[in-house]
Amino acid sequence: MTGRIYVVPIHRPMVVNLQFLTEAITSRFGVPSLPLSLEIDLGRAHDRFRNQYHSTEILAQLLRQAPRDTLRILGLTDLDLFIPVLTYVFGEAQLGGKAAVVSCYRLKNELYGLPPDNRLLQARLLKEAIHELGHTFHLLHCDDPSCVMRVSTYVEEIDYKGDRFCAACEARLANILEDLLGAAFRKASF
Amino acid sequence: MDKSRVGILVVDDEYSVRDALYKWFRDDGYRVDVAADAHEALKKLQESSWDIVLLDIRLPGMDGLELQRRIREIDPNVVVIMITAYASVESAVQALKQGAFDYVTKPIDPDDLEHLVRNAVEQRRLRAENIQLRQKIEELARMDEIIGETPAMKQVFELVRVVAETDSTVLIRGESGTGKELIARAIHGHSRRRYFPIITVNCGAFPETLLESELFGHERGAFTGAQYRRKGKIELADGGTLFLDEIGDIPPKMQVDLLRVIETKEFTRVGGNQVIRSDFRLICATNKDLESEMKAGRFREDLYYRINVFTIYLPPLRERREDIPLLARHFVKRFATTMNKPITEITPEAMEILLAYDWPGNVRELENAIERAMVVGKPPAIRPEDLPFQLGTKADSAVGELESLEAVERSHIEKVLAKTGWNISRAASILQIDRVTLYNKIRKYGLRRPA
Repeated sequence: MTGRIYVVPIHRPMVVNLQFLTEAITSRFGVPSLPLSLEIDLGRAHDRFRNQYHSTEILAQLLRQAPRDTLRILGLTDLDLFIPVLTYVFGEAQLGGKAAVVSCYRLKNELYGLPPDNRLLQARLLKEAIHELGHTFHLLHCDDPSCVMRVSTYVEEIDYKGDRFCAACEARLANILEDLLGAAFRKASF
Repeated sequence: MDKSRVGILVVDDEYSVRDALYKWFRDDGYRVDVAADAHEALKKLQESSWDIVLLDIRLPGMDGLELQRRIREIDPNVVVIMITAYASVESAVQALKQGAFDYVTKPIDPDDLEHLVRNAVEQRRLRAENIQLRQKIEELARMDEIIGETPAMKQVFELVRVVAETDSTVLIRGESGTGKELIARAIHGHSRRRYFPIITVNCGAFPETLLESELFGHERGAFTGAQYRRKGKIELADGGTLFLDEIGDIPPKMQVDLLRVIETKEFTRVGGNQVIRSDFRLICATNKDLESEMKAGRFREDLYYRINVFTIYLPPLRERREDIPLLARHFVKRFATTMNKPITEITPEAMEILLAYDWPGNVRELENAIERAMVVGKPPAIRPEDLPFQLGTKADSAVGELESLEAVERSHIEKVLAKTGWNISRAASILQIDRVTLYNKIRKYGLRRPA
């Protein structure tokens, strides 16, 4: 079996370098990653009382529209995401599922009264994208402070960790990808 | 921290809340489960152990406050975090008063949730550590009660020291009440397994069917009344010591099963087929004559040789009377502290009665006698009338018929004076009374120095 990891921009005026992101995803997962345009009905995900977007609804729409050769599909947005019990989320993923979504809304310096820094935003977004995609490959949060699977509940914590998997998570990911894509799977960057 | 060893139970009637928190904690690596109402939560709390319960204050049927009370009854060490809407902060405050660790309002800030759970895990760890430390302190305090200065007891202490360093099976023999369990705990406490538990089973305290379940545990539905899976004592002793008290009372069928476990360290729970391994050190104790039991066919020979690797014999109290004053004063000191009662000594007359008695119940009986005397006695000392009535009825014939306490006292003073060659200072010291009191008693009883 082969597959692709699609990256779907949602509600773009995003200052995100999509090519940089898809190349990094291809390199980390050893699976071709491509941008994909889809029509996401944001009205269904919007909560007018909170003025935020329900990430689980966005995941559902991504799944419904995913192409046949989808290995994983990642929504990319600058909207403020939430799930009902939490005030906000940086992103959401289906553990061992196909879909994930990340938001750069709370990754921007401006939100915290700091001057904009697009390079820092790009780095944070890459980490969160890899992190949420990691969940879709059954990876849980990791205690290694440098691992991209380290949990981050506030933005500074994202800056502390790296954008790569630690050896243990890397090995787990390799096994899972081999199971998914067959023994022929070889990941050059592993 | 190994999050997979931390169990979080989320109790909320809203599916979206349950689901979101379930995923949140699951992705973070915790062991997590959910319950939609109090009934389901209680069932899950009884089926397995949980460290943290996130509990919605408003639940259908039984509310969160009542459920919290019930959780405390099941496991007082569970850390409860209340989830509430702004409207019910008063209830959350009420919950805190009832012992909830903290509360959060919906929707929850992820930072708050993360910190809250980390703190709750730390709280749980501290509670568990506190319990372990208290047990350790109690154990050490009890080990201090192995008191004795007689050669026989000194030999016991030496054997304990030697055998503790090994992993050998030990058989402790002695009459009831001689302190066999204390010796088992001392061996464990000085062994390399001391950081793991010592699990005690009194084999004589259970009927056969219950003993089997007690030792091996059972699966849910293994027999009528087995509503939940239960770990047996052998499983709980993994890493530590299994102490089988009254091993002589174990039924013949169970002896076969026990022998197998001792040999293989493997077993299955009652009603189960999963093979469980437990690495334990075995210490047994008995007050029975196992050799006679073996000859009578009531105790298996192969099991006897398995458990009788290293034997420690504890002498009865009547064979080490010199230890009675030591033990008696130790118990007085202990009960004075626990009862907060300023009784600090034992009158010579009362001590004489203690020394004269045969103590068929050994150290345990002495401890009970002192406890009773401490309850009924008046400060500053235990007097003869404070001691249990039956002590006077089983007196050692060496002291003669105890027609009255005065007769006992006269006879004993006479004996001590004779033994010390009428050295008043030495006699008073032995009798633990001052010289003036001794002179008064000599006058009172009309005692005269032999010519």
